[in-house]
Amino acid sequence: MTGLMIGRRQLMAGVGTLALAAPWIARAQSNVIRIGEINSYTAQPAFLLPYRNAWILAQEQVNAAGGIDGRKIETIFRDDGGRPEDAVRIAGELLNAEKVALLAGGFLSNVGLALADFARQNKRLYVASEPLTDTLVWSHGNRYTFRLRASTYMQSAMLVEEAAKLPARRWATVAPNYEYGQSAVRSFKELLKKARPDVEFVAEQFPALGRIDAGATVQALAAANPEAIFNVTFAADLTNFVRQGSTRGLFERRKVVSLLTGEPEYLEPLGDEAPEGWIVTGYPWDQINTPEHTAFREAYRQRWNAHPYLGSVVGYSTVQAIAAMLKKAGKVETEAMVDAMSGLQFQSPFGQVEFRAIDHQSTMGAYVGRTVLKDGKGTMADWRYADGRNYMPPDDVVRQLRPQA
Amino acid sequence: MENLILQALSGLASASSLFLVASGLTVIFGVSRIVNFAHGSFYMLGAYLAWTFVTNLPRGHLGFWGGVLGAALAVGVIGMAVEMLLLRRIYRAPELFQLLATFGVVLIVQDLALLIWGPQDLLGPRAPGLRGSTEVLGLRFPLYELFLIGVGPVVLGLLWLLFYRTRWGTLVRAATQDREMVGALGVNQRMLFTSVFFLGSLLAGLGGALQLPRESVNLHMDLSIIAEAFVVVVVGGLGSLSGAALAALLIGELHAFGILIFPKITLVLVFLVMAVVLVIRPHGLLGRPQEAARGTGMAEPVIRAAPPALKWLGLAALIAAILLPPFAGDYALTVLTDMAVFILFAASLHFIMGPGGMASFGHAAYFGLGAYGAALAVKWLAAPMGLGLALAPLAAGLGGLVFGWFCVRLSGVYSAMLTLAFAQITWSIAFQWVELTGGDNGILGVWPAPWAAGKLTYYYLTLALCLGATLILRRIIHAPFGYALRAQRDSPLRAEAIGMDGFRIRWAGFALAACMAGIAGGLFAYAKGSVFPTYLDIPRSVDALLMVLLGGVQTLSGPIAGAIAFTGLQEQLSRMTDLWRLVLGIVIVLLVLFFPQGLAGAARSAWEARDARPNA
Amino acid sequence: MPAPTLEVENLQKSFGGVRAVQGVSFALAPGEMLALIGPNGAGKSTCFNMLNGQLRPDAGRVRLQGRDITGLKPRRVWRLGVGRTFQITATFGSMTVLENVQMALLSHHRRLGGLWRPVARLDAAEAMALLDRLGMADQAGRPCGILAYGDLKRVELAVALANDPKLLLMDEPTAGMAPQERVALMALAAGIARERGIAVLFTEHDMDVVFAHADRILVLDRGRLIASGPPAEVRADPRVREVYLGSGLAHGIG
Repeated sequence: MTGLMIGRRQLMAGVGTLALAAPWIARAQSNVIRIGEINSYTAQPAFLLPYRNAWILAQEQVNAAGGIDGRKIETIFRDDGGRPEDAVRIAGELLNAEKVALLAGGFLSNVGLALADFARQNKRLYVASEPLTDTLVWSHGNRYTFRLRASTYMQSAMLVEEAAKLPARRWATVAPNYEYGQSAVRSFKELLKKARPDVEFVAEQFPALGRIDAGATVQALAAANPEAIFNVTFAADLTNFVRQGSTRGLFERRKVVSLLTGEPEYLEPLGDEAPEGWIVTGYPWDQINTPEHTAFREAYRQRWNAHPYLGSVVGYSTVQAIAAMLKKAGKVETEAMVDAMSGLQFQSPFGQVEFRAIDHQSTMGAYVGRTVLKDGKGTMADWRYADGRNYMPPDDVVRQLRPQA
Repeated sequence: MENLILQALSGLASASSLFLVASGLTVIFGVSRIVNFAHGSFYMLGAYLAWTFVTNLPRGHLGFWGGVLGAALAVGVIGMAVEMLLLRRIYRAPELFQLLATFGVVLIVQDLALLIWGPQDLLGPRAPGLRGSTEVLGLRFPLYELFLIGVGPVVLGLLWLLFYRTRWGTLVRAATQDREMVGALGVNQRMLFTSVFFLGSLLAGLGGALQLPRESVNLHMDLSIIAEAFVVVVVGGLGSLSGAALAALLIGELHAFGILIFPKITLVLVFLVMAVVLVIRPHGLLGRPQEAARGTGMAEPVIRAAPPALKWLGLAALIAAILLPPFAGDYALTVLTDMAVFILFAASLHFIMGPGGMASFGHAAYFGLGAYGAALAVKWLAAPMGLGLALAPLAAGLGGLVFGWFCVRLSGVYSAMLTLAFAQITWSIAFQWVELTGGDNGILGVWPAPWAAGKLTYYYLTLALCLGATLILRRIIHAPFGYALRAQRDSPLRAEAIGMDGFRIRWAGFALAACMAGIAGGLFAYAKGSVFPTYLDIPRSVDALLMVLLGGVQTLSGPIAGAIAFTGLQEQLSRMTDLWRLVLGIVIVLLVLFFPQGLAGAARSAWEARDARPNA
Repeated sequence: MPAPTLEVENLQKSFGGVRAVQGVSFALAPGEMLALIGPNGAGKSTCFNMLNGQLRPDAGRVRLQGRDITGLKPRRVWRLGVGRTFQITATFGSMTVLENVQMALLSHHRRLGGLWRPVARLDAAEAMALLDRLGMADQAGRPCGILAYGDLKRVELAVALANDPKLLLMDEPTAGMAPQERVALMALAAGIARERGIAVLFTEHDMDVVFAHADRILVLDRGRLIASGPPAEVRADPRVREVYLGSGLAHGIG
């Protein structure tokens, strides 16, 4: 009875997505290269359904263009339900039962870390697409793990660059209480202190992820009377924070620097209540008109009848990276693939990207800009592409952070 | 000073929202004694339906408020339907069994909401007339929050009138105090239960719908509210409306002020409050001691030696478990290893739930303590696997001794909720103490010793330890200590009158079960190579409960059957379809309807019926 | 006269200002059957519950063979040799008749901590002997949860006798039984008590039972002892007649 009020198209789109992506589309043929993809589809559908759509698109494109030296690629998608221990079990299933050539995926940091350690232990390639934790390539880095997405450190560094230009000296931070939020705040504080020794941090709030008590949090931040705020909350927490903050005037005469808020995943749900003038990392999908991005956007729209989200870029680029790696390696054998990943150059919707040999982190960057309201919707303005390679610690520091084999 | 007062007002607004949800839950529990996990789902449905109604109705007061009330009513009807189609059929099942059914509903609603409303968060409009803010002591405060502060007391007042000024309310109060009496008075119990479910679900829906102007509607709303709602209900005292109001107020304000001093307290505050309250007041702030919740008054069945057929079946399964795996693939070995671990995990919970008569909503704490005990030894002491596996039950047993000392003093749902509080406190330590435990990124590199690294070897090791421990538990149930556990469950009065110290028996049983769960946790850690806070979070405790209930609390082979069925189902379904939660939910609901004694219980009934026929 | 098994001195108990029991004193000799009677609400059960530790008296002393047991927990009192049955039977419903008795024996022998040897092989013969004595041997394998009420009362008696008690407390042992069953059960109890020298204190509504089996009778009214003595004496006591006339139970005394 609840379905009556819902647009039929919306419902059909939902069913279509899920049905198309169902694992049984991928059944064994000997001349295919199989990729095992593990992600928290049921726990984080907002990011991951567009991600998987773009993945499928990229795979179709690769195969339409003749595949990898004539061999098609196919992907077996699995849901880890947000539990790292289940991800590890599924990784075993994909390798042993489905005979995949490599593993990919991961949204949550701890899932990424569990898969990375599994890859190290079993000496199989793992291409981490999304998990942001710095430790994945640094303190827990290993030969078999590569990460696409710009890490927490890199994105914080991008924002620090902007934050340091602000006159503000009194800062407050608000971040979800888990590793990502804590590391983002730590990196931001360290880097900003280095760039601007005169700043002080007057308040910090760590609401539980997904359970922010926004009114109290906003009031607590306001009470410290900061000149600027560094925000790491996202998704539903962000919406609640923005609503309470706007109504209570927290953002007036204050600068806000905010991680990920420019991503359509998080900006769109805010509708006409999207905050203006925040300095954010994100993805202005409608304004990037480089040839590679335009091509991607149009292909995505044609295939899925929707605009791409950042998750789509991540999914699409992961497939591009894997395809490039397979071409470079010339054979489907782990050590050869790992060697090919190291220093791999490939073309993503964001331009040329490299998987650094030194720490297996890709140089894929993010867009940094200001949020504005246009036609009753939040979007980014004055943005620029911050290339990931410019936001890494110096090489000798990286060597110290990462266990050297 | 102004800031503190505003902080207090913010706390009031949260308290008010919390009360709305909790009031429905406490009303339902008071009358039906059902631990309704689906209450959070009703809350989420309220928010989604309100979004749909409000965005489709004409803008303005009528559209908005009509939409909110319409959503609340719709959810009330949905709740009523769930009661009539599902719960009504299983009121006579063993205690807590209905929880399994409501959990099936949770799974179904999660996937249906995703299918209907899509994955993206939805932002509803703000309330007309209450968009902006007003000045309070020179500071701005949202009008809608002020409105919410008013809604709580108004709803409380209306409920009070309903309960104290109508015949229906009198009946509900009577039923809350004594179910049998109402039945004896010839009141139509069915109508009473159904109407109570309507009211309770309506309140949940209203609570969700009223969040529309505050937060985005999303797919995580159900689980994020349910634990807190239960905490409020229990802290207030089960079935007590004013208690729920008081508890919501306490938690809302402690939260608002707590974050000023410890910003990271948000993770665990509600559970700390619950632990403290329950230790000081075993029946919550305003609760009264419950009469024995076994409403049907049916005695637990006698435990007999397994019938020969079952023995042969068990032996055959064991032989298969030993002889077949060398021919199985690595993945099958992983699944079998997991199953062995979960059999012991479920059996350890069954030990305290079945013979012990103590429900636990936080059994994952001991599983996790075992896993962390082993992992910490590896990380900080570079301990070999043997030592790690030996430390696992020690760590868990120690935890069981400490937590159990508090938990086994309480009874029924209060005791179960205190176990949950301790589990969440343990979880938050694992989650927050990053330096020691690695926080949510966990501890990596907990791989087995080289001699056990092969999947087959590790499987045999796990099988030997887990089945060994499960058989020991089984043996203990047949030994005097197991009988003593059942004795204090069956009749505390008689047990005390023949020299038994119920507290010490329960305490020892609790600690023993914790030890066994610890063995399972330690083995699981080495099987996965890593340890995370998810090992001791609520979903894992719920998994254990589901396995025990699915298999049947009243039979010894129940947890084994339940663990195999649950892990097998979940593993198969999640590989087959994206909608595995929907399918699993439906399967659970069907199993509940057709096998209200659990799988093993149903098998036994069928067996006994067959046996009885020649004599009849 | 032998040393008394039980001595009760000036027992007091109030519930929120209502004096349930006040100044009750009496003694009980080995092998003696003492009945405690009185109208509803006279304080019989309160008095009973103070003797085995279920309730803590406000004042007064309870001595068992000279040893002060006032305020001890029921399980401690039981260990000192006091068995009891309840007005509403309390047995372990998930166990068989035999197992119920075994539990009491195992507890008596302090073997309840056993984790290994199955109960089935422990103290079974002794339990069977007890059941046999109570005429319940043929019911030994039946679950208590499905037993008839009269049989449950017998099981309770068996359980109460398991620790070789010096004192047996029976709270309305025949309530809910058919008249013939009552007489049989009380005859059985009295027989066992005499042969083992157990002192028995029981409350009872059925005056036939009381006057048939009690050696002595205590009459309680509104928390006070108003009469005590052999049945004939009590029967003749005008105050007792008054109390029972007032509550319409005089026919039992008549």
